[in-house]
Amino acid sequence: MELGEFVRSRSSEILFAALQHLSLVAQSLILATVIAVLLAALVHRSQTLRGVANAVSAIGLTIPSFALIGLMVAPFGFGVTPAVVVVVFFAALPILRNAIVGLAGVDPALIESARGLGMSRLGIFLRVELPLAWPVILSGVRISAQMVMGVAAVAAYVLGPGLGGFIFQGLSRLGGSGAIESVVTGTVGVILLALILDLLLLGIGRLTTSKGIRG
Amino acid sequence: MADIDPRTETADEQAPGSQTTGSQPADAQTADEQTDRETTGRSIWLDNVTKRYPGQKRPAVNGVTLEIPDGQVVMLVGPSGCGKTTTLKMINRLIEPTEGRIVLGGEDVTSIDGDELRRRIGYVIQAGGLFPHMTVAQNIALVPKMLRWDKARIAARVEELLDLVGLDPDVYRSRYPKELSGGQQQRVGVARALAADPPVLLMDEPFGAVDPITRQRLQDELIRIQHEVHKTMVIVTHDFDEAVKLGDWIVVFREGAQIVQYDTPERILAEPADEFVENFIGSGAALKQLGLRRVREVEAADAVVAKAGANAAEALRRAEAAGHDHVVVVDERGRPIAWPSRRALSRMTRLPAQLDPAMPLVGSGATLNDALDTMLVSSAGATLVTGRSGVFEGVVDVETIMDAISSAREAAAERSDDAPVGTNTGAVAAVPAASDEQRPANPGDAAVGPVSDD
Repeated sequence: MELGEFVRSRSSEILFAALQHLSLVAQSLILATVIAVLLAALVHRSQTLRGVANAVSAIGLTIPSFALIGLMVAPFGFGVTPAVVVVVFFAALPILRNAIVGLAGVDPALIESARGLGMSRLGIFLRVELPLAWPVILSGVRISAQMVMGVAAVAAYVLGPGLGGFIFQGLSRLGGSGAIESVVTGTVGVILLALILDLLLLGIGRLTTSKGIRG
Repeated sequence: MADIDPRTETADEQAPGSQTTGSQPADAQTADEQTDRETTGRSIWLDNVTKRYPGQKRPAVNGVTLEIPDGQVVMLVGPSGCGKTTTLKMINRLIEPTEGRIVLGGEDVTSIDGDELRRRIGYVIQAGGLFPHMTVAQNIALVPKMLRWDKARIAARVEELLDLVGLDPDVYRSRYPKELSGGQQQRVGVARALAADPPVLLMDEPFGAVDPITRQRLQDELIRIQHEVHKTMVIVTHDFDEAVKLGDWIVVFREGAQIVQYDTPERILAEPADEFVENFIGSGAALKQLGLRRVREVEAADAVVAKAGANAAEALRRAEAAGHDHVVVVDERGRPIAWPSRRALSRMTRLPAQLDPAMPLVGSGATLNDALDTMLVSSAGATLVTGRSGVFEGVVDVETIMDAISSAREAAAERSDDAPVGTNTGAVAAVPAASDEQRPANPGDAAVGPVSDD
């Protein structure tokens, strides 16, 4: 069977899996961004906590995603939940790192200036620190997006959604008819999705970053 | 009383009265001085304020009692690390005092909400501290927005403030800080601090980050703005010349925020309290006094004036008759264009109609320092003075300036100012004894005054 024919004959199935994949990654990214930024907001003022967070982030990224998702089956069972947990976990790490760098990089004079104007702590965070750190945070989100596109493929192992199903099916019947095509379809699909999402994030970055701090 | 703001809130109403009980003569004096200028400022009292940092033996600020009169510019000067910035930041409680009280316009603000207090006090830091991700208009609108002004009012206020600081609203409103020069950023910083019309403006080394020429222009600008807004301003600087130029009063600090002298620039220059102040002033105190006086304050001498293109021999005759060495040639609008000597005149038939660029010339608003500089550059020993629209007013020579300076020094030495209170309760000896004697209410009484009612 040829690749073209494989894709044509299963186009609706592939499209559905691709949308599921994208949806899993996008939603996990949003959740991961919120969690990572909140964590960074809590720790970025303390040198020690910053160190701890960076160490956790570095070590966390070395955990094999395949092992972690397997371990998640015990508490969360099969399906979407363990997939989301793992994808969010991996997505949060680079964002956390960048968010800390971004927030710590805000000029202390500006914070003092904001306090001097009578802005509240929360006001300073939302209206000064976050917008100024946003480009750095967003570049963390883009790194995360690339990385967890691949991680999300592993979700199929726990019967989660996405393009990983084609890869696992193909690998399990390697040598059989259409096995290679299945693996290639899954893999190329993931790569294409990653490119599309990156462009999307680039656009979001343009729209959400103030002209005053764009490079 | 001239110093009551029409917008005074109920909480403040008892203030002037209760303060007067402590220092009646001083208040009467203030009222006299200020009948011709409506002040929108509020007085500030630092009452026995101390700041100790944990792990440090000596307090950064030790028992400072300081009166900042309303509508006046008070400069805090001293070497770096002397606690002047800490003192400033305790006024709006960016740094919380360990001990002592802060009284703003008669209201004890030591324990009210700090953010709420800071919205009532303008604050400007070095280089303006503008938020780079907001436009000029957004930066200025920050405090009004926090105070929930409506949109139209904010927009109108932004316009008004940009005009006030000399930036065209249509050009600069939607620019980002990175698109402005350092001086323009500083102007927007001042506009932002003035946005909600706070009675008090605090500035921490406001002009420290700009080049000398821009700094001079910004200083002039600030003087002009203060003439319009009459705020109470407290400005920290390490530049004594800046303090002399901007300040109505100067506080000289040494380590631990010890107040060495609190007086007018004229008096500090004429009579430094001790060697420390003398060293701090640096050399040329007399020259610095030249910067305090304007050309219009000294008497300009008359001169023989002739129209451009007129008969030179006739002008020469008039100069000889008046005993003058020079003739001022003016154009049809009375603006000087040349200043030939009798010798030069004797070689002419017609008076020159061409502008002589080498002619020494200053505006009547220039300082005596500028005038002297002009004289030295042109080596004429005198300079022409022009008034409004560049019309010729008179001639000022070196002798006039010398006389002005020596009379100013005498006047400064004799003047018995009732200087505002500034002491360190821990070390009263550091304060010139004179200010205690001259002031009927001693600092202790006066400091307790504002709160005696509550």
